[in-house]
Amino acid sequence: MLTISRELVDQIVAHAREDHPDEACGVIAGRDGVPERFVRMENAERSPTFYRFDSMEQFRVWRDMDDRDEEPVVIYHSHTATEAYPSRTDVSYASEPYAHYVLYSTEFDQFRSFRIVDGVIEEEEVKILESNG
Amino acid sequence: MAIEVRIPTILRTYTDGAKAVDASGGTLEELIGDLESRHPGLRARLVDEGKLRRFVNVYLNDEDVRFLGGLGTPVADGDTVTVLPAVAGG
Repeated sequence: MLTISRELVDQIVAHAREDHPDEACGVIAGRDGVPERFVRMENAERSPTFYRFDSMEQFRVWRDMDDRDEEPVVIYHSHTATEAYPSRTDVSYASEPYAHYVLYSTEFDQFRSFRIVDGVIEEEEVKILESNG
Repeated sequence: MAIEVRIPTILRTYTDGAKAVDASGGTLEELIGDLESRHPGLRARLVDEGKLRRFVNVYLNDEDVRFLGGLGTPVADGDTVTVLPAVAGG
């Protein structure tokens, strides 16, 4: 199960809508599996059907996480014409076994989360924590 | 002195869980060969048909080796090589 704050969900959705019709992508860093720090990434492909983190930006972001003892708890990207379900390409690249792969579909307004390990997709429940006040 | 190689989570099964291992060599290709002799199986995860796999990014200090000389990039004692899985999809 992915437990995530409403604020972080809103940030993913806003980023996806902003970059629509291109796919948006990024990570949420955190510790002990708790997503905390939102990091939007540039989609180096600038494409409506593909995304790729810029390798140098990724290097800097991963080094920052390392320095802070964080992990990429969530890796998110958007689909802009299809459902929020991992594509074959998503599965072939998925290489963070402990990450929650979050997909948001701007077309269908769907927010879903998956584990992708050794090529196997497993959808998980998303629990959104509403902020008080 | 040696070259420190930082290993991503997904490849730590080859390094007994170690986040970083030491290796030596004059080029990245030699370094990967040395890694393979101590951590069998690692090379195939990094290299395919004589080229770096597109699923991984390899950095020498803080440069992507694709912008340097790929597998032929010279490396030296004191350098740090970082391996990260590429994050991409469709």
